[in-house]
Amino acid sequence: MTTTVERPATSGQAEPARRRRPKRSPLAKREDRAGWLFISPWVIGFLIFTAGPMIASLVLSFTDYQMIQAPHAVGLDNYRELFDDPRVLKSLSNTFVYAAMFVPLGTVFALALAMMLQRVGKAGGFFRTAFYLPEMTPAVAAAAMFLLLLNGQQGLINKVLGWFGINGPNWTADPNWLKPSLAIVSLWTVGGTVIIYLAALNGVPKQLYEAAELDGAGPVTRFFKITVPMISGALFFTVITHTIAAMQMFDQAYTMFYGPQQKATASDESLVYMVYLFQNAFQFFKMGFASAMAWLLFVIILLITFLQVRIGNRYVYYHGER
Amino acid sequence: MTFPWRRLPFFVFLTLATIAFVYPLVWLVSASLKPRSQVFDNRLIPEIFQPSNYVRVWDAAPVLRWLTNSLTVGFMAAAAVTLSSALVAFGFAYFRFRGRNILFGILLSTMMLPGAVTMIPVYLIWNKLGMIDTQIPLWAQNLFGSAFYVFLLRQFFLGIPRELFEAARVDGCSYFAMFRRIAFPLCKPALVIVFVFEFKASWSDLMKPLIYLQTTEYFTMPRGLKQIIDAFALSGHYEWEIAVAASVIAVVPMIILFAFGQRYILDGVATTAQKG
Repeated sequence: MTTTVERPATSGQAEPARRRRPKRSPLAKREDRAGWLFISPWVIGFLIFTAGPMIASLVLSFTDYQMIQAPHAVGLDNYRELFDDPRVLKSLSNTFVYAAMFVPLGTVFALALAMMLQRVGKAGGFFRTAFYLPEMTPAVAAAAMFLLLLNGQQGLINKVLGWFGINGPNWTADPNWLKPSLAIVSLWTVGGTVIIYLAALNGVPKQLYEAAELDGAGPVTRFFKITVPMISGALFFTVITHTIAAMQMFDQAYTMFYGPQQKATASDESLVYMVYLFQNAFQFFKMGFASAMAWLLFVIILLITFLQVRIGNRYVYYHGER
Repeated sequence: MTFPWRRLPFFVFLTLATIAFVYPLVWLVSASLKPRSQVFDNRLIPEIFQPSNYVRVWDAAPVLRWLTNSLTVGFMAAAAVTLSSALVAFGFAYFRFRGRNILFGILLSTMMLPGAVTMIPVYLIWNKLGMIDTQIPLWAQNLFGSAFYVFLLRQFFLGIPRELFEAARVDGCSYFAMFRRIAFPLCKPALVIVFVFEFKASWSDLMKPLIYLQTTEYFTMPRGLKQIIDAFALSGHYEWEIAVAASVIAVVPMIILFAFGQRYILDGVATTAQKG
Protein backbone atom coordinates (compact mmCIF):
# COMPACT_ATOMS: atom_id res chain seq x y z
CA MET A 1 0.00 0.00 0.00
CA THR A 2 2.88 2.35 0.51
CA THR A 3 4.27 2.27 -2.94
CA THR A 4 3.10 3.74 -6.16
CA VAL A 5 4.33 4.81 -9.51
CA GLU A 6 5.87 8.15 -10.04
CA ARG A 7 3.75 10.43 -12.11
CA PRO A 8 4.41 13.90 -13.38
CA ALA A 9 4.09 16.06 -10.32
CA THR A 10 1.85 18.73 -11.77
CA SER A 11 -1.75 17.78 -12.12
CA GLY A 12 -2.34 20.84 -14.24
CA GLN A 13 -6.09 20.72 -14.65
CA ALA A 14 -6.71 21.10 -10.92
CA GLU A 15 -5.03 24.48 -10.47
CA PRO A 16 -5.56 26.50 -13.59
CA ALA A 17 -6.00 29.81 -11.81
CA ARG A 18 -2.43 30.33 -10.69
CA ARG A 19 -0.47 29.37 -13.72
CA ARG A 20 1.23 32.70 -14.44
CA ARG A 21 3.79 33.80 -11.96
CA PRO A 22 3.54 37.53 -11.25
CA LYS A 23 6.51 39.44 -9.97
CA ARG A 24 7.12 38.52 -6.40
CA SER A 25 4.80 40.74 -4.46
CA PRO A 26 4.84 40.77 -0.66
CA LEU A 27 1.83 38.48 -0.82
CA ALA A 28 3.69 35.98 -3.00
CA LYS A 29 6.55 36.05 -0.55
CA ARG A 30 4.20 35.36 2.29
CA GLU A 31 2.68 32.50 0.37
CA ASP A 32 6.17 31.17 -0.27
CA ARG A 33 6.89 31.19 3.43
CA ALA A 34 3.55 29.66 4.36
CA GLY A 35 3.97 26.90 1.81
CA TRP A 36 7.36 25.96 3.14
CA LEU A 37 6.02 26.10 6.67
CA PHE A 38 3.24 23.64 5.84
CA ILE A 39 5.52 21.16 4.15
CA SER A 40 8.33 21.60 6.68
CA PRO A 41 7.44 18.45 8.66
CA TRP A 42 8.01 16.37 5.58
CA VAL A 43 11.17 18.24 4.57
CA ILE A 44 12.69 17.74 8.03
CA GLY A 45 11.61 14.10 8.13
CA PHE A 46 12.95 13.55 4.64
CA LEU A 47 16.36 14.94 5.59
CA ILE A 48 16.60 13.01 8.88
CA PHE A 49 14.93 9.73 8.03
CA THR A 50 15.40 9.34 4.28
CA ALA A 51 18.14 11.42 2.66
CA GLY A 52 20.59 11.22 5.56
CA PRO A 53 20.11 7.48 6.10
CA MET A 54 20.41 6.84 2.36
CA ILE A 55 23.83 8.45 2.30
CA ALA A 56 24.79 6.75 5.56
CA SER A 57 23.69 3.38 4.26
CA LEU A 58 25.65 3.86 1.05
CA VAL A 59 28.74 4.76 3.07
CA LEU A 60 28.19 1.84 5.45
CA SER A 61 27.99 -0.53 2.52
CA PHE A 62 31.69 0.13 1.86
CA THR A 63 32.64 -0.58 5.45
CA ASP A 64 32.82 -3.39 7.94
CA TYR A 65 30.57 -2.40 10.83
CA GLN A 66 29.53 -4.73 13.62
CA MET A 67 28.39 -2.02 16.06
CA ILE A 68 31.16 -2.87 18.54
CA GLN A 69 33.86 -0.77 16.91
CA ALA A 70 33.66 2.18 14.59
CA PRO A 71 33.10 1.18 10.96
CA HIS A 72 36.25 0.76 8.92
CA ALA A 73 36.45 0.98 5.18
CA VAL A 74 36.74 -2.26 3.24
CA GLY A 75 36.25 -0.94 -0.27
CA LEU A 76 34.17 -3.18 -2.46
CA ASP A 77 34.46 -6.24 -0.22
CA ASN A 78 30.80 -6.26 0.77
CA TYR A 79 29.70 -6.05 -2.85
CA ARG A 80 32.10 -8.84 -3.78
CA GLU A 81 30.66 -10.90 -0.95
CA LEU A 82 27.16 -10.39 -2.37
CA PHE A 83 28.18 -12.53 -5.31
CA ASP A 84 30.33 -14.95 -3.33
CA ASP A 85 27.79 -15.68 -0.63
CA PRO A 86 25.59 -18.42 -2.10
CA ARG A 87 22.80 -17.56 0.34
CA VAL A 88 22.44 -14.09 -1.17
CA LEU A 89 21.84 -15.55 -4.60
CA LYS A 90 19.66 -18.29 -3.12
CA SER A 91 17.51 -15.79 -1.25
CA LEU A 92 17.27 -13.62 -4.34
CA SER A 93 16.14 -16.50 -6.52
CA ASN A 94 13.68 -17.61 -3.81
CA THR A 95 12.21 -14.12 -3.81
CA PHE A 96 11.92 -14.10 -7.59
CA VAL A 97 10.26 -17.51 -7.62
CA TYR A 98 7.81 -16.40 -4.95
CA ALA A 99 7.06 -13.16 -6.82
CA ALA A 100 6.70 -15.04 -10.11
CA MET A 101 4.07 -17.25 -8.48
CA PHE A 102 2.22 -14.65 -6.46
CA VAL A 103 2.03 -11.64 -8.81
CA PRO A 104 0.52 -13.34 -11.91
CA LEU A 105 -1.70 -15.68 -9.88
CA GLY A 106 -2.87 -12.86 -7.65
CA THR A 107 -3.68 -10.65 -10.64
CA VAL A 108 -5.61 -13.32 -12.54
CA PHE A 109 -7.40 -14.58 -9.45
CA ALA A 110 -8.40 -11.08 -8.33
CA LEU A 111 -9.54 -10.09 -11.82
CA ALA A 112 -11.66 -13.23 -12.17
CA LEU A 113 -13.33 -12.58 -8.82
CA ALA A 114 -13.88 -8.89 -9.61
CA MET A 115 -15.51 -9.74 -12.96
CA MET A 116 -17.85 -12.21 -11.28
CA LEU A 117 -18.65 -9.67 -8.55
CA GLN A 118 -19.60 -7.16 -11.22
CA ARG A 119 -22.10 -9.58 -12.68
CA VAL A 120 -24.04 -10.41 -9.52
CA GLY A 121 -25.32 -6.89 -8.91
CA LYS A 122 -26.41 -5.94 -5.40
CA ALA A 123 -25.22 -9.18 -3.80
CA GLY A 124 -21.68 -8.08 -4.65
CA GLY A 125 -21.57 -5.94 -1.53
CA PHE A 126 -21.66 -8.98 0.74
CA PHE A 127 -18.94 -10.79 -1.18
CA ARG A 128 -16.78 -7.68 -1.30
CA THR A 129 -16.84 -7.46 2.49
CA ALA A 130 -16.08 -11.15 2.85
CA PHE A 131 -13.14 -10.98 0.45
CA TYR A 132 -11.57 -8.07 2.30
CA LEU A 133 -11.77 -9.73 5.72
CA PRO A 134 -8.39 -11.52 5.40
CA GLU A 135 -6.69 -8.20 4.68
CA MET A 136 -7.60 -7.12 8.19
CA THR A 137 -5.75 -10.10 9.66
CA PRO A 138 -2.27 -9.21 10.93
CA ALA A 139 0.37 -10.99 8.84
CA VAL A 140 1.78 -12.85 11.83
CA ALA A 141 -1.64 -14.22 12.79
CA ALA A 142 -2.33 -15.23 9.18
CA ALA A 143 1.04 -16.96 8.96
CA ALA A 144 0.49 -18.81 12.24
CA MET A 145 -2.93 -19.90 11.04
CA PHE A 146 -1.62 -21.16 7.71
CA LEU A 147 1.16 -23.04 9.46
CA LEU A 148 -1.66 -25.18 10.86
CA LEU A 149 -3.92 -25.21 7.80
CA LEU A 150 -1.02 -26.26 5.58
CA ASN A 151 0.21 -28.94 7.97
CA GLY A 152 1.13 -31.95 5.86
CA GLN A 153 -0.41 -34.67 7.99
CA GLN A 154 -3.42 -33.09 9.62
CA GLY A 155 -3.97 -29.73 7.97
CA LEU A 156 -7.35 -28.69 6.62
CA ILE A 157 -6.02 -27.88 3.17
CA ASN A 158 -4.67 -31.37 2.57
CA LYS A 159 -7.87 -32.83 3.95
CA VAL A 160 -9.90 -30.86 1.39
CA LEU A 161 -7.50 -31.94 -1.36
CA GLY A 162 -8.02 -35.49 -0.14
CA TRP A 163 -11.74 -35.28 -0.94
CA PHE A 164 -10.72 -34.90 -4.58
CA GLY A 165 -8.30 -37.78 -4.33
CA ILE A 166 -5.27 -35.50 -4.31
CA ASN A 167 -2.52 -36.47 -1.93
CA GLY A 168 -1.43 -33.04 -0.73
CA PRO A 169 2.26 -32.34 -0.19
CA ASN A 170 3.94 -31.63 3.09
CA TRP A 171 3.58 -27.90 2.48
CA THR A 172 5.48 -26.44 5.39
CA ALA A 173 8.24 -29.06 5.64
CA ASP A 174 9.01 -30.27 2.13
CA PRO A 175 11.66 -27.87 0.74
CA ASN A 176 9.98 -27.90 -2.68
CA TRP A 177 6.68 -26.63 -1.32
CA LEU A 178 7.79 -23.80 0.99
CA LYS A 179 7.54 -21.07 -1.63
CA PRO A 180 4.14 -22.23 -2.90
CA SER A 181 3.02 -22.16 0.74
CA LEU A 182 4.13 -18.55 1.05
CA ALA A 183 2.33 -17.72 -2.19
CA ILE A 184 -0.87 -19.30 -0.85
CA VAL A 185 -0.71 -17.21 2.33
CA SER A 186 -0.29 -14.08 0.18
CA LEU A 187 -3.09 -15.09 -2.19
CA TRP A 188 -5.42 -15.31 0.77
CA THR A 189 -5.07 -11.53 1.20
CA VAL A 190 -5.85 -10.58 -2.38
CA GLY A 191 -9.23 -9.07 -1.48
CA GLY A 192 -8.04 -5.46 -1.67
CA THR A 193 -6.96 -6.03 -5.27
CA VAL A 194 -10.40 -7.46 -6.08
CA ILE A 195 -11.96 -4.23 -4.82
CA ILE A 196 -9.57 -2.10 -6.88
CA TYR A 197 -10.39 -4.10 -10.02
CA LEU A 198 -14.11 -3.95 -9.32
CA ALA A 199 -13.95 -0.15 -9.09
CA ALA A 200 -12.02 -0.06 -12.37
CA LEU A 201 -14.49 -2.42 -14.08
CA ASN A 202 -17.42 -0.29 -12.95
CA GLY A 203 -15.77 2.68 -14.63
CA VAL A 204 -15.82 1.08 -18.08
CA PRO A 205 -18.64 2.65 -20.17
CA LYS A 206 -21.39 0.12 -20.92
CA GLN A 207 -21.85 1.47 -24.45
CA LEU A 208 -18.49 0.05 -25.45
CA TYR A 209 -19.71 -3.47 -24.73
CA GLU A 210 -23.03 -2.86 -26.44
CA ALA A 211 -21.35 -1.49 -29.53
CA ALA A 212 -18.91 -4.37 -29.63
CA GLU A 213 -21.73 -6.86 -29.21
CA LEU A 214 -23.60 -5.29 -32.15
CA ASP A 215 -20.45 -5.66 -34.19
CA GLY A 216 -20.48 -9.35 -33.34
CA ALA A 217 -17.60 -9.47 -30.85
CA GLY A 218 -17.74 -12.53 -28.63
CA PRO A 219 -17.05 -12.54 -24.89
CA VAL A 220 -13.38 -13.40 -25.34
CA THR A 221 -12.82 -10.60 -27.84
CA ARG A 222 -14.71 -8.17 -25.63
CA PHE A 223 -12.56 -9.16 -22.66
CA PHE A 224 -9.25 -8.65 -24.48
CA LYS A 225 -10.27 -5.68 -26.64
CA ILE A 226 -12.38 -3.72 -24.16
CA THR A 227 -12.07 -4.89 -20.56
CA VAL A 228 -8.31 -5.33 -20.39
CA PRO A 229 -7.38 -2.08 -22.16
CA MET A 230 -9.98 -0.06 -20.25
CA ILE A 231 -8.77 -1.26 -16.84
CA SER A 232 -5.11 -1.43 -17.85
CA GLY A 233 -4.34 1.50 -15.53
CA ALA A 234 -5.52 -0.44 -12.48
CA LEU A 235 -3.83 -3.64 -13.67
CA PHE A 236 -0.58 -1.78 -14.18
CA PHE A 237 -0.77 -0.10 -10.77
CA THR A 238 -1.42 -3.35 -8.91
CA VAL A 239 1.19 -5.37 -10.79
CA ILE A 240 3.86 -2.80 -9.95
CA THR A 241 2.89 -2.43 -6.31
CA HIS A 242 2.57 -6.21 -5.88
CA THR A 243 5.95 -6.80 -7.45
CA ILE A 244 7.64 -4.23 -5.22
CA ALA A 245 5.89 -5.67 -2.16
CA ALA A 246 6.75 -9.25 -3.15
CA MET A 247 10.42 -8.37 -3.50
CA GLN A 248 10.31 -7.12 0.10
CA MET A 249 8.19 -9.93 1.55
CA PHE A 250 9.21 -10.60 5.14
CA ASP A 251 6.46 -11.08 7.74
CA GLN A 252 4.98 -14.37 6.56
CA ALA A 253 8.28 -16.05 5.72
CA TYR A 254 9.89 -14.95 8.96
CA THR A 255 6.91 -15.99 11.09
CA MET A 256 6.50 -19.38 9.46
CA PHE A 257 10.07 -20.50 9.00
CA TYR A 258 12.51 -18.32 10.92
CA GLY A 259 13.19 -17.00 14.36
CA PRO A 260 15.88 -16.94 17.01
CA GLN A 261 15.90 -20.74 17.20
CA GLN A 262 17.46 -21.05 13.72
CA LYS A 263 17.44 -24.79 13.31
CA ALA A 264 20.65 -26.00 11.71
CA THR A 265 18.64 -28.33 9.54
CA ALA A 266 16.33 -25.59 8.32
CA SER A 267 16.12 -25.50 4.57
CA ASP A 268 17.18 -22.39 2.67
CA GLU A 269 14.25 -22.80 0.29
CA SER A 270 12.12 -20.36 2.26
CA LEU A 271 14.91 -17.83 2.77
CA VAL A 272 13.56 -14.73 1.06
CA TYR A 273 15.80 -11.73 0.53
CA MET A 274 14.46 -9.52 3.32
CA VAL A 275 14.73 -12.34 5.85
CA TYR A 276 18.39 -12.84 5.01
CA LEU A 277 19.00 -9.09 5.05
CA PHE A 278 17.31 -8.81 8.43
CA GLN A 279 19.37 -11.69 9.82
CA ASN A 280 22.60 -10.11 8.60
CA ALA A 281 21.72 -6.72 10.04
CA PHE A 282 20.17 -7.61 13.38
CA GLN A 283 21.18 -11.16 14.19
CA PHE A 284 24.71 -11.41 12.79
CA PHE A 285 25.25 -7.63 13.15
CA LYS A 286 26.97 -7.42 9.77
CA MET A 287 25.63 -3.91 9.23
CA GLY A 288 27.95 -3.05 6.36
CA PHE A 289 27.13 -6.19 4.42
CA ALA A 290 23.40 -5.76 5.11
CA SER A 291 23.61 -2.20 3.74
CA ALA A 292 25.17 -3.52 0.55
CA MET A 293 22.33 -6.05 0.34
CA ALA A 294 19.82 -3.23 0.75
CA TRP A 295 21.36 -1.28 -2.13
CA LEU A 296 21.34 -4.34 -4.35
CA LEU A 297 17.64 -4.75 -3.58
CA PHE A 298 17.02 -1.10 -4.37
CA VAL A 299 18.77 -1.38 -7.72
CA ILE A 300 16.85 -4.56 -8.58
CA ILE A 301 13.51 -2.96 -7.67
CA LEU A 302 14.39 0.13 -9.71
CA LEU A 303 15.28 -2.01 -12.72
CA ILE A 304 12.12 -4.10 -12.52
CA THR A 305 9.90 -1.06 -12.08
CA PHE A 306 11.64 0.77 -14.90
CA LEU A 307 11.08 -2.22 -17.16
CA GLN A 308 7.43 -2.48 -16.13
CA VAL A 309 6.88 1.23 -16.72
CA ARG A 310 8.49 0.97 -20.15
CA ILE A 311 6.26 -1.94 -21.09
CA GLY A 312 3.28 -0.36 -19.39
CA ASN A 313 3.54 2.96 -21.23
CA ARG A 314 3.14 1.09 -24.46
CA TYR A 315 -0.12 -0.57 -23.44
CA VAL A 316 -1.73 1.33 -20.61
CA TYR A 317 -4.70 3.46 -21.50
CA TYR A 318 -5.68 6.24 -19.11
CA HIS A 319 -9.18 7.48 -19.54
CA GLY A 320 -11.30 10.17 -17.96
CA GLU A 321 -9.75 12.57 -15.53
CA ARG A 322 -6.16 11.72 -16.25
CA MET B 1 -39.09 -12.25 -9.09
CA THR B 2 -37.38 -15.05 -10.87
CA PHE B 3 -34.04 -16.33 -9.81
CA PRO B 4 -31.28 -15.17 -12.18
CA TRP B 5 -30.31 -18.64 -13.37
CA ARG B 6 -27.76 -17.33 -15.81
CA ARG B 7 -25.86 -15.85 -12.93
CA LEU B 8 -25.95 -19.04 -10.90
CA PRO B 9 -22.41 -20.16 -11.84
CA PHE B 10 -21.07 -16.81 -10.66
CA PHE B 11 -22.84 -17.17 -7.34
CA VAL B 12 -21.44 -20.67 -6.95
CA PHE B 13 -17.88 -19.55 -7.64
CA LEU B 14 -18.17 -16.47 -5.46
CA THR B 15 -19.56 -18.55 -2.62
CA LEU B 16 -16.66 -20.98 -2.95
CA ALA B 17 -14.25 -18.05 -2.90
CA THR B 18 -16.02 -16.61 0.15
CA ILE B 19 -15.55 -19.93 1.93
CA ALA B 20 -11.85 -19.90 1.01
CA PHE B 21 -11.46 -16.36 2.35
CA VAL B 22 -13.60 -16.54 5.46
CA TYR B 23 -13.55 -20.17 6.58
CA PRO B 24 -9.92 -20.12 7.80
CA LEU B 25 -10.85 -17.39 10.27
CA VAL B 26 -13.92 -19.32 11.43
CA TRP B 27 -11.75 -22.41 11.76
CA LEU B 28 -9.25 -20.38 13.77
CA VAL B 29 -11.90 -19.32 16.28
CA SER B 30 -13.21 -22.84 16.54
CA ALA B 31 -9.72 -24.33 16.95
CA SER B 32 -8.98 -21.86 19.72
CA LEU B 33 -11.69 -23.48 21.79
CA LYS B 34 -10.43 -27.05 21.36
CA PRO B 35 -8.09 -29.13 23.51
CA ARG B 36 -4.64 -29.66 22.04
CA SER B 37 -5.28 -33.15 20.74
CA GLN B 38 -8.22 -31.91 18.69
CA VAL B 39 -6.93 -28.64 17.27
CA PHE B 40 -6.45 -30.41 13.97
CA ASP B 41 -9.71 -32.33 13.89
CA ASN B 42 -11.24 -29.76 11.52
CA ARG B 43 -14.64 -29.92 13.14
CA LEU B 44 -16.45 -26.63 13.03
CA ILE B 45 -18.09 -27.14 16.43
CA PRO B 46 -15.46 -28.35 18.91
CA GLU B 47 -16.22 -31.78 20.33
CA ILE B 48 -14.93 -30.66 23.69
CA PHE B 49 -15.20 -26.95 24.44
CA GLN B 50 -12.08 -25.69 26.15
CA PRO B 51 -12.40 -21.93 26.56
CA SER B 52 -9.72 -22.21 29.24
CA ASN B 53 -7.19 -21.89 26.38
CA TYR B 54 -7.76 -18.15 26.62
CA VAL B 55 -7.15 -18.16 30.35
CA ARG B 56 -3.93 -20.06 29.74
CA VAL B 57 -2.75 -17.55 27.12
CA TRP B 58 -3.47 -14.82 29.60
CA ASP B 59 -1.37 -16.63 32.22
CA ALA B 60 1.42 -17.66 29.89
CA ALA B 61 2.06 -14.26 28.38
CA PRO B 62 1.31 -10.60 29.16
CA VAL B 63 -1.32 -10.47 26.45
CA LEU B 64 -3.20 -7.55 27.94
CA ARG B 65 0.01 -5.51 27.95
CA TRP B 66 0.65 -6.46 24.33
CA LEU B 67 -2.86 -5.42 23.37
CA THR B 68 -2.62 -2.06 25.10
CA ASN B 69 0.86 -1.55 23.61
CA SER B 70 -0.48 -2.25 20.13
CA LEU B 71 -3.42 0.07 20.73
CA THR B 72 -1.17 2.88 21.97
CA VAL B 73 1.40 2.50 19.22
CA GLY B 74 -1.33 2.13 16.59
CA PHE B 75 -3.15 5.22 17.81
CA MET B 76 0.02 7.33 18.01
CA ALA B 77 1.20 6.16 14.60
CA ALA B 78 -2.16 6.79 12.96
CA ALA B 79 -2.85 10.14 14.61
CA ALA B 80 0.66 11.41 13.91
CA VAL B 81 0.67 10.38 10.27
CA THR B 82 -2.83 11.72 9.61
CA LEU B 83 -2.12 15.17 11.05
CA SER B 84 1.34 15.61 9.59
CA SER B 85 0.45 14.22 6.16
CA ALA B 86 -2.61 16.47 6.02
CA LEU B 87 -0.51 19.56 6.79
CA VAL B 88 2.08 18.67 4.18
CA ALA B 89 -0.55 17.70 1.62
CA PHE B 90 -2.29 21.04 2.12
CA GLY B 91 1.03 22.79 1.64
CA PHE B 92 1.55 21.04 -1.66
CA ALA B 93 -2.05 21.45 -2.80
CA TYR B 94 -2.75 25.08 -2.01
CA PHE B 95 0.44 27.09 -2.07
CA ARG B 96 2.63 27.99 -4.99
CA PHE B 97 6.16 28.32 -3.74
CA ARG B 98 9.59 28.01 -5.20
CA GLY B 99 10.79 24.44 -5.48
CA ARG B 100 7.34 22.96 -5.01
CA ASN B 101 7.29 20.73 -8.08
CA ILE B 102 10.79 19.43 -7.50
CA LEU B 103 10.02 18.67 -3.88
CA PHE B 104 6.79 16.94 -4.80
CA GLY B 105 8.68 14.86 -7.34
CA ILE B 106 11.16 13.86 -4.65
CA LEU B 107 8.29 12.99 -2.33
CA LEU B 108 6.74 10.72 -4.94
CA SER B 109 10.01 9.02 -5.73
CA THR B 110 10.64 8.17 -2.07
CA MET B 111 7.74 5.74 -2.37
CA MET B 112 9.93 3.56 -4.57
CA LEU B 113 12.64 3.36 -1.94
CA PRO B 114 12.66 -0.01 -0.16
CA GLY B 115 12.59 0.36 3.62
CA ALA B 116 15.71 -1.81 3.79
CA VAL B 117 17.90 1.02 2.50
CA THR B 118 17.17 3.36 5.40
CA MET B 119 16.48 0.68 8.00
CA ILE B 120 19.99 0.34 9.41
CA PRO B 121 20.98 4.04 9.70
CA VAL B 122 17.57 4.85 11.18
CA TYR B 123 18.17 2.12 13.73
CA LEU B 124 21.55 3.66 14.51
CA ILE B 125 19.90 7.08 15.00
CA TRP B 126 17.43 5.69 17.53
CA ASN B 127 20.26 3.77 19.13
CA LYS B 128 22.25 7.02 19.55
CA LEU B 129 19.21 8.67 21.08
CA GLY B 130 18.89 5.82 23.57
CA MET B 131 15.45 4.91 22.28
CA ILE B 132 16.07 1.19 21.70
CA ASP B 133 13.63 -0.94 23.65
CA THR B 134 11.09 1.86 23.81
CA GLN B 135 8.02 2.17 21.64
CA ILE B 136 8.90 5.63 20.35
CA PRO B 137 10.72 4.45 17.18
CA LEU B 138 7.58 2.54 16.23
CA TRP B 139 5.59 5.71 15.60
CA ALA B 140 7.72 8.85 15.94
CA GLN B 141 8.75 8.87 12.30
CA ASN B 142 5.08 9.30 11.44
CA LEU B 143 5.22 12.84 12.82
CA PHE B 144 6.94 13.82 9.59
CA GLY B 145 4.26 12.62 7.21
CA SER B 146 4.27 9.68 4.86
CA ALA B 147 4.69 10.09 1.11
CA PHE B 148 1.78 7.89 0.08
CA TYR B 149 -0.70 9.59 2.39
CA VAL B 150 0.54 13.05 1.40
CA PHE B 151 -0.04 12.14 -2.21
CA LEU B 152 -3.51 10.79 -1.46
CA LEU B 153 -4.63 13.73 0.70
CA ARG B 154 -3.24 16.24 -1.78
CA GLN B 155 -5.57 14.76 -4.40
CA PHE B 156 -8.50 15.29 -2.05
CA PHE B 157 -7.46 18.86 -1.18
CA LEU B 158 -7.13 19.70 -4.87
CA GLY B 159 -10.77 18.69 -5.23
CA ILE B 160 -11.91 21.52 -2.95
CA PRO B 161 -12.99 24.54 -5.00
CA ARG B 162 -10.33 27.21 -4.72
CA GLU B 163 -12.96 29.93 -4.37
CA LEU B 164 -13.71 28.67 -0.87
CA PHE B 165 -10.18 29.49 0.20
CA GLU B 166 -10.08 32.80 -1.66
CA ALA B 167 -13.28 33.87 0.06
CA ALA B 168 -11.81 32.96 3.41
CA ARG B 169 -8.69 34.96 2.60
CA VAL B 170 -10.79 38.01 1.80
CA ASP B 171 -12.50 37.59 5.15
CA GLY B 172 -9.10 37.77 6.81
CA CYS B 173 -8.65 34.08 7.51
CA SER B 174 -5.07 33.01 8.22
CA TYR B 175 -3.45 30.23 6.24
CA PHE B 176 -3.55 27.88 9.17
CA ALA B 177 -7.19 28.68 9.86
CA MET B 178 -7.92 27.88 6.22
CA PHE B 179 -6.42 24.48 6.75
CA ARG B 180 -8.12 23.84 10.07
CA ARG B 181 -11.54 25.34 9.31
CA ILE B 182 -11.98 24.49 5.62
CA ALA B 183 -9.63 21.86 4.25
CA PHE B 184 -9.51 19.58 7.28
CA PRO B 185 -13.27 19.27 7.88
CA LEU B 186 -14.06 18.92 4.17
CA CYS B 187 -11.68 15.99 3.79
CA LYS B 188 -12.81 14.08 6.85
CA PRO B 189 -13.61 10.86 4.95
CA ALA B 190 -10.12 10.84 3.43
CA LEU B 191 -8.55 11.52 6.81
CA VAL B 192 -10.49 8.63 8.32
CA ILE B 193 -9.18 6.38 5.54
CA VAL B 194 -5.60 7.44 6.25
CA PHE B 195 -6.08 6.93 9.98
CA VAL B 196 -7.59 3.47 9.57
CA PHE B 197 -5.00 2.31 7.02
CA GLU B 198 -2.12 3.41 9.19
CA PHE B 199 -3.67 1.90 12.30
CA LYS B 200 -4.06 -1.40 10.47
CA ALA B 201 -0.50 -1.24 9.12
CA SER B 202 0.87 -0.47 12.56
CA TRP B 203 -1.20 -3.22 14.14
CA SER B 204 0.22 -5.90 11.88
CA ASP B 205 3.80 -4.61 11.64
CA LEU B 206 6.36 -7.19 12.70
CA MET B 207 9.66 -5.80 11.43
CA LYS B 208 9.91 -2.67 13.59
CA PRO B 209 8.97 -4.38 16.86
CA LEU B 210 11.53 -7.09 16.02
CA ILE B 211 14.21 -4.47 15.51
CA TYR B 212 13.42 -2.11 18.36
CA LEU B 213 11.81 -4.07 21.21
CA GLN B 214 13.60 -6.45 23.54
CA THR B 215 11.60 -6.49 26.77
CA THR B 216 8.61 -8.81 26.60
CA GLU B 217 6.39 -6.29 28.41
CA TYR B 218 6.92 -3.71 25.65
CA PHE B 219 5.99 -6.05 22.78
CA THR B 220 3.14 -5.31 20.45
CA MET B 221 0.62 -8.03 19.67
CA PRO B 222 2.27 -9.42 16.49
CA ARG B 223 5.68 -9.41 18.15
CA GLY B 224 4.20 -11.22 21.13
CA LEU B 225 2.49 -13.75 18.93
CA LYS B 226 5.77 -14.42 17.19
CA GLN B 227 7.36 -14.88 20.61
CA ILE B 228 4.77 -17.51 21.51
CA ILE B 229 5.42 -19.41 18.28
CA ASP B 230 9.19 -19.14 18.74
CA ALA B 231 8.90 -20.50 22.27
CA PHE B 232 7.35 -23.70 20.91
CA ALA B 233 10.03 -24.08 18.30
CA LEU B 234 12.70 -23.59 20.96
CA SER B 235 11.23 -26.08 23.39
CA GLY B 236 10.03 -28.51 20.72
CA HIS B 237 6.76 -28.58 22.65
CA TYR B 238 4.01 -27.28 20.38
CA GLU B 239 1.03 -25.98 22.29
CA TRP B 240 -0.97 -25.13 19.21
CA GLU B 241 -4.17 -24.33 21.08
CA ILE B 242 -2.31 -21.48 22.81
CA ALA B 243 -0.92 -20.11 19.54
CA VAL B 244 -4.36 -20.30 17.96
CA ALA B 245 -6.05 -18.53 20.86
CA ALA B 246 -3.38 -15.80 20.79
CA SER B 247 -3.91 -15.39 17.04
CA VAL B 248 -7.62 -14.89 17.61
CA ILE B 249 -6.83 -12.22 20.19
CA ALA B 250 -4.60 -10.46 17.63
CA VAL B 251 -7.27 -10.59 14.92
CA VAL B 252 -10.39 -9.61 16.86
CA PRO B 253 -9.62 -5.88 17.32
CA MET B 254 -9.06 -5.57 13.57
CA ILE B 255 -12.35 -7.32 12.83
CA ILE B 256 -14.10 -4.90 15.18
CA LEU B 257 -12.45 -1.98 13.42
CA PHE B 258 -13.56 -3.42 10.10
CA ALA B 259 -17.12 -3.90 11.34
CA PHE B 260 -17.37 -0.21 12.27
CA GLY B 261 -15.35 1.32 9.46
CA GLN B 262 -16.31 -1.13 6.71
CA ARG B 263 -17.79 1.37 4.30
CA TYR B 264 -14.94 3.83 4.75
CA ILE B 265 -12.34 1.09 4.35
CA LEU B 266 -13.78 -0.58 1.26
CA ASP B 267 -14.50 2.72 -0.51
CA GLY B 268 -11.08 3.89 0.58
CA VAL B 269 -9.36 0.93 -1.04
CA ALA B 270 -11.25 1.57 -4.26
CA THR B 271 -10.45 5.29 -4.36
CA THR B 272 -6.80 5.02 -3.37
CA ALA B 273 -6.08 3.03 -6.48
CA GLN B 274 -8.02 5.41 -8.71
CA LYS B 275 -6.34 8.45 -7.29
CA GLY B 276 -3.01 6.65 -7.41
